[in-house]
Amino acid sequence: MMRVVRGFYAVAHSVKLCRPDVICAYPITPQSEIVENIAQMYANGELGNCEYITAESEFGAASILVGASATGARTYTATCSQGLILMSEVLWCAAGMRLPIVLTIANRSLSAPLSIWNDHQDSMAMRDAGIIQMYVENNQEVHDMMPQAFKIAENHKVMLPMMVCMDGYKLTHAYEPVDLLSQEMVDEFLPPYDPPVKMTTKEPYTFGSYATPASYMEFRAAVYRAMDRSRKVIEDVYKEWAEVSGRDWGGHIVAENCEDADVCVMAMGSLVGLAREVTKEMRDEGKKVGFIKIRTFRPFPAKEIAKAVDNAEKVIVFERSLSMGSDAPVTLDVKSAIHKKAIDVYSPVVGLGGRDVPHKLVKSVVEEVMENRVEPGTYFRGLKDCEEVIV
Amino acid sequence: MEKLRITLGAVSRPLESLKVKTGDWGAEYPVVIEENCKACGDCVVYCPDLCIELVETGEVDEKGRKKKVAKVNYDYCKGCGTCSVVCRHEAIKMEIKELYKG
Repeated sequence: MMRVVRGFYAVAHSVKLCRPDVICAYPITPQSEIVENIAQMYANGELGNCEYITAESEFGAASILVGASATGARTYTATCSQGLILMSEVLWCAAGMRLPIVLTIANRSLSAPLSIWNDHQDSMAMRDAGIIQMYVENNQEVHDMMPQAFKIAENHKVMLPMMVCMDGYKLTHAYEPVDLLSQEMVDEFLPPYDPPVKMTTKEPYTFGSYATPASYMEFRAAVYRAMDRSRKVIEDVYKEWAEVSGRDWGGHIVAENCEDADVCVMAMGSLVGLAREVTKEMRDEGKKVGFIKIRTFRPFPAKEIAKAVDNAEKVIVFERSLSMGSDAPVTLDVKSAIHKKAIDVYSPVVGLGGRDVPHKLVKSVVEEVMENRVEPGTYFRGLKDCEEVIV
Repeated sequence: MEKLRITLGAVSRPLESLKVKTGDWGAEYPVVIEENCKACGDCVVYCPDLCIELVETGEVDEKGRKKKVAKVNYDYCKGCGTCSVVCRHEAIKMEIKELYKG
Protein backbone atom coordinates (compact mmCIF):
# COMPACT_ATOMS: atom_id res chain seq x y z
CA MET A 1 0.00 0.00 0.00
CA MET A 2 1.67 3.21 -1.17
CA ARG A 3 1.48 6.03 1.36
CA VAL A 4 3.28 9.29 1.94
CA VAL A 5 4.90 8.94 5.36
CA ARG A 6 7.83 10.37 7.26
CA GLY A 7 11.00 8.34 7.78
CA PHE A 8 10.07 7.80 11.43
CA TYR A 9 6.88 6.06 10.51
CA ALA A 10 8.47 4.05 7.71
CA VAL A 11 10.76 2.54 10.37
CA ALA A 12 8.15 2.14 13.11
CA HIS A 13 5.60 0.46 10.85
CA SER A 14 8.18 -1.98 9.57
CA VAL A 15 9.48 -2.81 13.06
CA LYS A 16 5.91 -3.52 14.17
CA LEU A 17 5.47 -6.03 11.35
CA CYS A 18 8.62 -7.84 12.51
CA ARG A 19 6.76 -8.84 15.69
CA PRO A 20 9.45 -7.79 18.20
CA ASP A 21 9.17 -9.15 21.74
CA VAL A 22 10.94 -6.37 23.61
CA ILE A 23 11.54 -2.78 22.55
CA CYS A 24 13.46 -0.47 24.82
CA ALA A 25 14.57 3.01 23.93
CA TYR A 26 15.45 6.46 25.16
CA PRO A 27 14.50 9.48 23.07
CA ILE A 28 17.14 11.56 21.32
CA THR A 29 16.89 13.99 18.40
CA PRO A 30 16.50 13.10 15.54
CA GLN A 31 15.51 9.55 16.48
CA SER A 32 12.70 10.45 18.93
CA GLU A 33 9.71 10.12 16.65
CA ILE A 34 10.69 6.59 15.61
CA VAL A 35 10.18 5.38 19.16
CA GLU A 36 7.29 7.77 19.74
CA ASN A 37 5.49 6.12 16.82
CA ILE A 38 6.30 2.67 18.21
CA ALA A 39 5.18 3.72 21.71
CA GLN A 40 1.89 4.87 20.24
CA MET A 41 1.43 1.55 18.47
CA TYR A 42 2.16 -0.18 21.77
CA ALA A 43 -0.36 2.01 23.61
CA ASN A 44 -2.93 1.24 20.92
CA GLY A 45 -2.40 -2.48 21.46
CA GLU A 46 -0.99 -3.01 17.97
CA LEU A 47 2.20 -4.73 19.13
CA GLY A 48 0.67 -7.94 20.44
CA ASN A 49 2.65 -9.34 23.37
CA CYS A 50 5.58 -7.02 22.85
CA GLU A 51 6.97 -5.30 25.94
CA TYR A 52 7.77 -1.64 25.40
CA ILE A 53 10.09 -0.48 28.15
CA THR A 54 11.10 3.13 28.71
CA ALA A 55 14.62 3.38 30.07
CA GLU A 56 16.39 6.08 32.08
CA SER A 57 19.17 6.42 29.51
CA GLU A 58 20.56 4.79 26.39
CA PHE A 59 22.94 2.85 28.59
CA GLY A 60 19.92 1.45 30.40
CA ALA A 61 18.02 0.80 27.18
CA ALA A 62 20.86 -1.22 25.68
CA SER A 63 21.38 -3.09 28.96
CA ILE A 64 17.71 -4.02 29.19
CA LEU A 65 17.82 -5.33 25.62
CA VAL A 66 20.90 -7.41 26.35
CA GLY A 67 18.98 -9.07 29.16
CA ALA A 68 15.87 -9.48 27.06
CA SER A 69 17.76 -10.87 24.09
CA ALA A 70 19.50 -13.40 26.34
CA THR A 71 16.10 -14.77 27.27
CA GLY A 72 15.40 -15.39 23.59
CA ALA A 73 13.37 -12.28 22.83
CA ARG A 74 13.46 -10.50 19.49
CA THR A 75 14.77 -7.09 20.51
CA TYR A 76 14.84 -3.65 18.94
CA THR A 77 15.96 -0.13 19.72
CA ALA A 78 16.71 3.11 17.90
CA THR A 79 19.19 5.81 18.86
CA CYS A 80 21.94 8.07 17.53
CA SER A 81 24.82 10.36 18.38
CA GLN A 82 25.49 10.78 22.11
CA GLY A 83 22.88 8.11 22.79
CA LEU A 84 24.74 5.57 20.66
CA ILE A 85 28.02 6.51 22.31
CA LEU A 86 26.40 6.06 25.72
CA MET A 87 25.25 2.62 24.55
CA SER A 88 28.64 1.69 23.22
CA GLU A 89 29.98 -0.15 26.26
CA VAL A 90 26.88 -2.33 26.30
CA LEU A 91 26.79 -2.83 22.53
CA TRP A 92 30.34 -4.17 22.47
CA CYS A 93 29.12 -6.66 25.08
CA ALA A 94 26.04 -7.49 23.01
CA ALA A 95 28.26 -8.32 20.04
CA GLY A 96 30.55 -10.49 22.16
CA MET A 97 27.54 -12.19 23.76
CA ARG A 98 26.30 -12.84 20.22
CA LEU A 99 22.91 -11.21 20.81
CA PRO A 100 21.09 -10.23 17.59
CA ILE A 101 19.71 -6.89 18.75
CA VAL A 102 18.53 -4.75 15.82
CA LEU A 103 19.01 -0.99 15.96
CA THR A 104 17.99 1.88 13.75
CA ILE A 105 20.54 4.68 13.86
CA ALA A 106 19.23 8.13 12.91
CA ASN A 107 22.73 9.30 12.02
CA ARG A 108 23.80 12.47 13.78
CA SER A 109 27.08 14.21 14.52
CA LEU A 110 28.98 13.92 17.81
CA SER A 111 29.83 16.61 20.36
CA ALA A 112 31.74 18.87 20.81
CA PRO A 113 30.60 21.36 19.71
CA LEU A 114 27.04 20.22 20.29
CA SER A 115 25.17 19.57 17.06
CA ILE A 116 21.93 17.75 16.52
CA TRP A 117 22.37 17.56 12.75
CA ASN A 118 23.33 14.82 10.36
CA ASP A 119 26.62 13.17 9.54
CA HIS A 120 27.96 9.63 9.99
CA GLN A 121 30.32 10.13 12.91
CA ASP A 122 28.18 8.31 15.47
CA SER A 123 27.86 4.96 13.72
CA MET A 124 31.47 5.18 12.50
CA ALA A 125 32.57 5.34 16.12
CA MET A 126 30.96 1.88 16.53
CA ARG A 127 32.81 0.50 13.52
CA ASP A 128 34.93 -2.09 15.31
CA ALA A 129 32.38 -3.36 17.84
CA GLY A 130 31.23 -6.42 15.92
CA ILE A 131 27.94 -4.87 14.87
CA ILE A 132 26.77 -5.28 11.28
CA GLN A 133 26.25 -1.87 9.69
CA MET A 134 24.34 -0.95 6.58
CA TYR A 135 23.34 2.48 5.26
CA VAL A 136 20.13 3.30 3.40
CA GLU A 137 19.53 5.96 0.78
CA ASN A 138 15.82 6.60 1.25
CA ASN A 139 12.81 5.77 3.41
CA GLN A 140 11.57 2.89 1.27
CA GLU A 141 14.94 1.23 1.72
CA VAL A 142 14.92 1.67 5.51
CA HIS A 143 11.35 0.36 5.57
CA ASP A 144 12.45 -2.71 3.61
CA MET A 145 15.60 -3.18 5.69
CA MET A 146 14.05 -3.80 9.10
CA PRO A 147 12.76 -7.35 8.42
CA GLN A 148 16.01 -8.11 6.59
CA ALA A 149 18.05 -6.87 9.56
CA PHE A 150 16.31 -9.27 11.95
CA LYS A 151 16.75 -12.12 9.50
CA ILE A 152 20.47 -11.42 9.07
CA ALA A 153 21.25 -10.80 12.74
CA GLU A 154 19.31 -13.83 13.97
CA ASN A 155 20.85 -16.24 11.47
CA HIS A 156 22.65 -18.90 13.51
CA LYS A 157 25.78 -18.48 11.37
CA VAL A 158 25.85 -14.81 12.36
CA MET A 159 24.29 -14.02 15.76
CA LEU A 160 25.47 -10.41 15.90
CA PRO A 161 23.72 -7.09 16.51
CA MET A 162 22.84 -5.12 13.39
CA MET A 163 22.53 -1.38 12.83
CA VAL A 164 20.42 0.02 10.01
CA CYS A 165 21.75 3.55 9.53
CA MET A 166 19.53 6.28 8.11
CA ASP A 167 20.52 9.94 7.88
CA GLY A 168 18.96 12.00 10.65
CA TYR A 169 16.59 14.75 9.44
CA LYS A 170 17.44 14.15 5.77
CA LEU A 171 15.54 10.86 5.96
CA THR A 172 13.95 10.62 9.41
CA HIS A 173 12.00 13.87 8.99
CA ALA A 174 11.39 13.60 5.26
CA TYR A 175 8.00 12.78 3.80
CA GLU A 176 8.37 10.22 1.03
CA PRO A 177 6.02 7.84 -0.72
CA VAL A 178 6.62 4.41 0.83
CA ASP A 179 5.07 1.14 -0.26
CA LEU A 180 4.12 -0.13 3.20
CA LEU A 181 4.65 -3.83 3.77
CA SER A 182 1.86 -6.15 4.83
CA GLN A 183 1.90 -8.39 7.88
CA GLU A 184 1.41 -11.47 5.69
CA MET A 185 4.44 -10.70 3.59
CA VAL A 186 6.72 -10.01 6.56
CA ASP A 187 5.45 -13.13 8.36
CA GLU A 188 6.29 -15.20 5.33
CA PHE A 189 9.74 -13.68 4.99
CA LEU A 190 10.78 -13.49 8.64
CA PRO A 191 10.31 -16.57 10.83
CA PRO A 192 10.07 -16.14 14.63
CA TYR A 193 13.44 -15.81 16.38
CA ASP A 194 14.87 -19.23 17.17
CA PRO A 195 17.60 -18.55 19.77
CA PRO A 196 20.43 -21.11 19.82
CA VAL A 197 20.74 -20.53 23.56
CA LYS A 198 18.40 -18.73 25.93
CA MET A 199 18.19 -18.38 29.66
CA THR A 200 15.14 -18.85 31.83
CA THR A 201 14.68 -18.73 35.58
CA LYS A 202 14.83 -22.55 35.60
CA GLU A 203 17.83 -22.68 33.24
CA PRO A 204 20.11 -19.79 34.16
CA TYR A 205 23.31 -18.97 32.24
CA THR A 206 26.01 -16.31 32.27
CA PHE A 207 26.38 -14.55 28.92
CA GLY A 208 29.73 -12.99 28.07
CA SER A 209 31.46 -14.60 31.00
CA TYR A 210 35.03 -14.13 32.14
CA ALA A 211 37.75 -15.27 29.75
CA THR A 212 41.37 -15.41 30.79
CA PRO A 213 44.25 -15.08 28.33
CA ALA A 214 43.81 -18.82 27.82
CA SER A 215 40.60 -18.28 25.82
CA TYR A 216 39.79 -14.55 25.30
CA MET A 217 41.49 -14.45 21.93
CA GLU A 218 39.50 -17.40 20.60
CA PHE A 219 36.22 -15.72 21.56
CA ARG A 220 37.23 -12.55 19.73
CA ALA A 221 38.33 -14.54 16.69
CA ALA A 222 34.91 -16.20 16.77
CA VAL A 223 33.20 -12.79 16.55
CA TYR A 224 35.51 -11.87 13.67
CA ARG A 225 34.64 -15.06 11.84
CA ALA A 226 30.92 -14.61 12.45
CA MET A 227 31.17 -11.14 10.92
CA ASP A 228 32.97 -12.67 7.96
CA ARG A 229 30.30 -15.37 7.58
CA SER A 230 27.63 -12.68 7.61
CA ARG A 231 28.79 -11.52 4.16
CA LYS A 232 27.12 -14.47 2.47
CA VAL A 233 24.09 -14.40 4.76
CA ILE A 234 23.53 -10.69 4.07
CA GLU A 235 23.83 -11.21 0.32
CA ASP A 236 21.37 -14.09 0.43
CA VAL A 237 18.87 -12.08 2.47
CA TYR A 238 19.22 -9.08 0.12
CA LYS A 239 18.53 -11.43 -2.81
CA GLU A 240 15.60 -13.11 -1.15
CA TRP A 241 14.13 -9.70 -0.36
CA ALA A 242 14.41 -8.65 -3.99
CA GLU A 243 12.46 -11.76 -4.96
CA VAL A 244 9.66 -11.49 -2.41
CA SER A 245 9.23 -7.70 -2.49
CA GLY A 246 10.06 -6.99 -6.11
CA ARG A 247 12.41 -4.23 -4.94
CA ASP A 248 16.03 -5.04 -5.68
CA TRP A 249 18.27 -2.70 -3.68
CA GLY A 250 21.37 -4.54 -4.83
CA GLY A 251 24.08 -6.39 -2.94
CA HIS A 252 26.72 -5.06 -0.55
CA ILE A 253 27.42 -2.39 -3.12
CA VAL A 254 25.63 -1.15 -6.21
CA ALA A 255 28.04 -0.25 -9.01
CA GLU A 256 26.68 1.78 -11.92
CA ASN A 257 28.59 2.59 -15.11
CA CYS A 258 31.89 1.53 -13.54
CA GLU A 259 33.09 -0.92 -16.20
CA ASP A 260 34.69 1.71 -18.42
CA ALA A 261 34.88 4.56 -15.89
CA ASP A 262 38.08 6.54 -15.35
CA VAL A 263 36.69 7.91 -12.11
CA CYS A 264 34.47 6.01 -9.68
CA VAL A 265 32.50 8.02 -7.13
CA MET A 266 31.40 6.40 -3.85
CA ALA A 267 28.85 7.51 -1.31
CA MET A 268 26.73 6.12 1.55
CA GLY A 269 23.39 7.13 2.97
CA SER A 270 21.12 9.89 1.71
CA LEU A 271 23.93 11.45 -0.34
CA VAL A 272 23.64 8.45 -2.68
CA GLY A 273 20.65 9.83 -4.58
CA LEU A 274 22.37 13.12 -5.36
CA ALA A 275 25.77 11.61 -6.15
CA ARG A 276 24.13 9.13 -8.52
CA GLU A 277 22.25 11.93 -10.27
CA VAL A 278 25.38 14.05 -10.67
CA THR A 279 27.43 11.17 -12.06
CA LYS A 280 24.66 10.26 -14.50
CA GLU A 281 24.54 13.86 -15.73
CA MET A 282 28.29 13.81 -16.25
CA ARG A 283 27.96 10.53 -18.14
CA ASP A 284 25.46 12.21 -20.42
CA GLU A 285 28.05 14.93 -21.00
CA GLY A 286 30.39 12.18 -22.20
CA LYS A 287 32.57 11.97 -19.09
CA LYS A 288 33.67 8.52 -17.99
CA VAL A 289 32.32 8.58 -14.46
CA GLY A 290 30.97 5.61 -12.53
CA PHE A 291 29.08 5.50 -9.27
CA ILE A 292 29.17 3.07 -6.35
CA LYS A 293 26.61 3.03 -3.59
CA ILE A 294 28.01 1.35 -0.51
CA ARG A 295 25.18 -0.40 1.35
CA THR A 296 26.98 -2.71 3.75
CA PHE A 297 29.77 -1.02 5.69
CA ARG A 298 30.47 -3.79 8.24
CA PRO A 299 31.42 -6.35 7.06
CA PHE A 300 33.20 -4.15 4.52
CA PRO A 301 32.66 -5.31 0.91
CA ALA A 302 36.34 -5.07 -0.03
CA LYS A 303 36.30 -7.66 -2.81
CA GLU A 304 33.19 -6.20 -4.43
CA ILE A 305 34.69 -2.70 -4.41
CA ALA A 306 38.06 -3.85 -5.73
CA LYS A 307 36.28 -5.59 -8.59
CA ALA A 308 34.03 -2.63 -9.38
CA VAL A 309 36.87 -0.10 -9.62
CA ASP A 310 39.21 -2.44 -11.48
CA ASN A 311 39.40 -0.28 -14.60
CA ALA A 312 39.38 3.10 -12.86
CA GLU A 313 42.32 5.46 -12.46
CA LYS A 314 40.78 7.48 -9.68
CA VAL A 315 38.30 6.91 -6.89
CA ILE A 316 36.38 9.60 -5.02
CA VAL A 317 34.98 8.67 -1.61
CA PHE A 318 32.50 11.18 -0.24
CA GLU A 319 33.09 11.14 3.50
CA ARG A 320 30.52 12.18 6.11
CA SER A 321 32.78 11.61 9.12
CA LEU A 322 36.41 11.79 10.24
CA SER A 323 39.02 9.66 11.88
CA MET A 324 41.21 12.25 13.54
CA GLY A 325 44.85 11.65 12.63
CA SER A 326 44.18 9.42 9.64
CA ASP A 327 42.10 9.12 6.52
CA ALA A 328 38.34 9.18 7.02
CA PRO A 329 36.74 5.80 7.87
CA VAL A 330 35.32 4.72 4.51
CA THR A 331 38.50 5.79 2.71
CA LEU A 332 40.62 3.64 5.02
CA ASP A 333 38.63 0.59 3.99
CA VAL A 334 38.52 1.51 0.31
CA LYS A 335 42.30 2.03 0.26
CA SER A 336 42.79 -1.29 1.99
CA ALA A 337 40.50 -2.95 -0.56
CA ILE A 338 42.44 -1.65 -3.57
CA HIS A 339 45.96 -1.54 -2.15
CA LYS A 340 47.34 -3.70 -4.95
CA LYS A 341 46.00 -1.42 -7.66
CA ALA A 342 47.48 1.84 -8.91
CA ILE A 343 44.41 3.92 -8.19
CA ASP A 344 44.46 7.41 -6.66
CA VAL A 345 41.97 7.87 -3.83
CA TYR A 346 40.38 11.28 -3.21
CA SER A 347 38.45 11.81 0.01
CA PRO A 348 36.39 14.97 0.04
CA VAL A 349 34.87 15.38 3.51
CA VAL A 350 31.47 17.02 3.14
CA GLY A 351 28.32 17.74 5.11
CA LEU A 352 29.59 17.45 8.67
CA GLY A 353 27.08 18.46 11.35
CA GLY A 354 24.28 19.01 8.86
CA ARG A 355 26.22 21.28 6.47
CA ASP A 356 24.29 21.25 3.22
CA VAL A 357 25.75 19.25 0.33
CA PRO A 358 24.23 20.84 -2.76
CA HIS A 359 24.29 19.52 -6.32
CA LYS A 360 26.82 22.17 -7.34
CA LEU A 361 29.27 21.06 -4.65
CA VAL A 362 29.11 17.37 -5.58
CA LYS A 363 29.62 18.18 -9.24
CA SER A 364 32.54 20.53 -8.60
CA VAL A 365 34.24 17.89 -6.44
CA VAL A 366 34.05 15.33 -9.24
CA GLU A 367 35.12 17.85 -11.88
CA GLU A 368 38.18 19.06 -10.00
CA VAL A 369 39.37 15.46 -9.66
CA MET A 370 38.78 14.74 -13.35
CA GLU A 371 40.63 17.90 -14.33
CA ASN A 372 43.60 17.17 -12.01
CA ARG A 373 43.01 20.30 -9.98
CA VAL A 374 43.32 18.54 -6.62
CA GLU A 375 45.81 16.15 -5.02
CA PRO A 376 44.74 12.71 -3.79
CA GLY A 377 44.12 12.51 -0.02
CA THR A 378 41.69 13.85 2.55
CA TYR A 379 40.37 17.39 2.15
CA PHE A 380 37.29 19.38 3.13
CA ARG A 381 34.76 20.75 0.69
CA GLY A 382 31.99 23.18 1.59
CA LEU A 383 34.26 24.47 4.37
CA LYS A 384 34.26 28.16 5.18
CA ASP A 385 37.42 30.21 5.39
CA CYS A 386 37.99 30.36 9.13
CA GLU A 387 40.52 31.10 11.84
CA GLU A 388 40.76 29.62 15.32
CA VAL A 389 40.98 32.20 18.09
CA ILE A 390 41.07 32.13 21.87
CA VAL A 391 37.79 33.34 23.35
CA MET B 1 33.95 37.16 2.45
CA GLU B 2 34.86 37.77 6.08
CA LYS B 3 36.68 34.96 7.83
CA LEU B 4 34.60 32.90 10.24
CA ARG B 5 36.12 33.11 13.71
CA ILE B 6 35.85 29.90 15.69
CA THR B 7 37.07 29.72 19.28
CA LEU B 8 39.50 27.13 20.59
CA GLY B 9 37.38 24.40 22.19
CA ALA B 10 34.12 25.99 21.02
CA VAL B 11 34.41 28.11 24.17
CA SER B 12 31.93 30.94 24.47
CA ARG B 13 31.45 33.75 26.94
CA PRO B 14 28.37 33.93 29.22
CA LEU B 15 25.09 34.92 27.52
CA GLU B 16 26.50 34.22 24.05
CA SER B 17 23.53 31.94 23.45
CA LEU B 18 21.22 34.96 23.62
CA LYS B 19 22.29 35.67 20.05
CA VAL B 20 20.50 32.54 18.93
CA LYS B 21 16.88 33.60 18.74
CA THR B 22 15.14 30.26 19.03
CA GLY B 23 11.73 31.92 18.85
CA ASP B 24 11.47 31.16 15.14
CA TRP B 25 11.87 27.40 15.59
CA GLY B 26 8.30 26.43 16.35
CA ALA B 27 5.18 26.35 14.24
CA GLU B 28 2.98 27.40 17.16
CA TYR B 29 3.21 30.10 19.81
CA PRO B 30 1.47 30.54 23.18
CA VAL B 31 -1.00 33.34 23.74
CA VAL B 32 -1.78 34.40 27.34
CA ILE B 33 -5.43 35.20 27.98
CA GLU B 34 -4.83 37.83 30.61
CA GLU B 35 -8.30 37.84 32.20
CA ASN B 36 -7.95 34.11 32.98
CA CYS B 37 -4.38 34.34 34.31
CA LYS B 38 -4.13 34.06 38.10
CA ALA B 39 -0.35 34.55 38.09
CA CYS B 40 0.06 31.21 39.87
CA GLY B 41 3.46 30.76 38.19
CA ASP B 42 3.03 27.14 37.10
CA CYS B 43 3.95 28.01 33.52
CA VAL B 44 7.05 29.85 34.76
CA VAL B 45 8.21 26.72 36.58
CA TYR B 46 7.44 24.30 33.77
CA CYS B 47 8.74 26.30 30.81
CA PRO B 48 11.83 24.37 29.69
CA ASP B 49 13.36 27.48 28.12
CA LEU B 50 12.80 29.98 30.96
CA CYS B 51 10.69 32.00 28.56
CA ILE B 52 7.84 33.03 30.86
CA GLU B 53 7.92 35.52 33.70
CA LEU B 54 5.22 37.17 35.80
CA VAL B 55 5.05 40.88 35.18
CA GLU B 56 3.05 43.60 36.91
CA THR B 57 0.03 44.83 34.98
CA GLY B 58 0.04 48.20 36.72
CA GLU B 59 -3.30 47.42 38.33
CA VAL B 60 -3.97 46.51 41.96
CA ASP B 61 -6.52 44.01 43.22
CA GLU B 62 -9.21 44.59 45.87
CA LYS B 63 -6.67 43.89 48.64
CA GLY B 64 -4.29 46.47 47.27
CA ARG B 65 -1.79 43.92 45.90
CA LYS B 66 -0.09 44.59 42.60
CA LYS B 67 -1.64 42.41 39.87
CA LYS B 68 0.65 40.19 37.84
CA VAL B 69 0.26 38.25 34.63
CA ALA B 70 2.31 35.70 32.69
CA LYS B 71 4.35 37.16 29.85
CA VAL B 72 6.05 35.09 27.15
CA ASN B 73 9.43 35.96 25.68
CA TYR B 74 8.80 35.28 22.00
CA ASP B 75 12.45 35.80 21.11
CA TYR B 76 13.27 32.42 22.62
CA CYS B 77 9.97 30.51 23.06
CA LYS B 78 10.13 27.40 20.85
CA GLY B 79 6.39 26.83 21.00
CA CYS B 80 6.53 23.46 22.76
CA GLY B 81 3.13 24.08 24.37
CA THR B 82 4.05 22.83 27.84
CA CYS B 83 2.73 26.05 29.43
CA SER B 84 -0.68 25.65 27.84
CA VAL B 85 -0.89 22.05 29.09
CA VAL B 86 0.08 22.79 32.70
CA CYS B 87 -2.04 25.95 33.03
CA ARG B 88 -4.97 25.19 35.36
CA HIS B 89 -6.90 28.29 34.40
CA GLU B 90 -7.08 27.89 30.61
CA ALA B 91 -5.12 31.09 30.38
CA ILE B 92 -2.64 29.98 27.72
CA LYS B 93 -3.66 28.76 24.29
CA MET B 94 -1.43 27.74 21.41
CA GLU B 95 -1.87 29.40 18.04
CA ILE B 96 -0.33 28.57 14.70
CA LYS B 97 2.04 31.12 13.23
CA GLU B 98 0.82 32.90 10.09
CA LEU B 99 3.67 31.27 8.15
CA TYR B 100 2.31 27.79 8.81
CA LYS B 101 -1.36 28.48 8.18
CA GLY B 102 -3.25 27.03 5.28
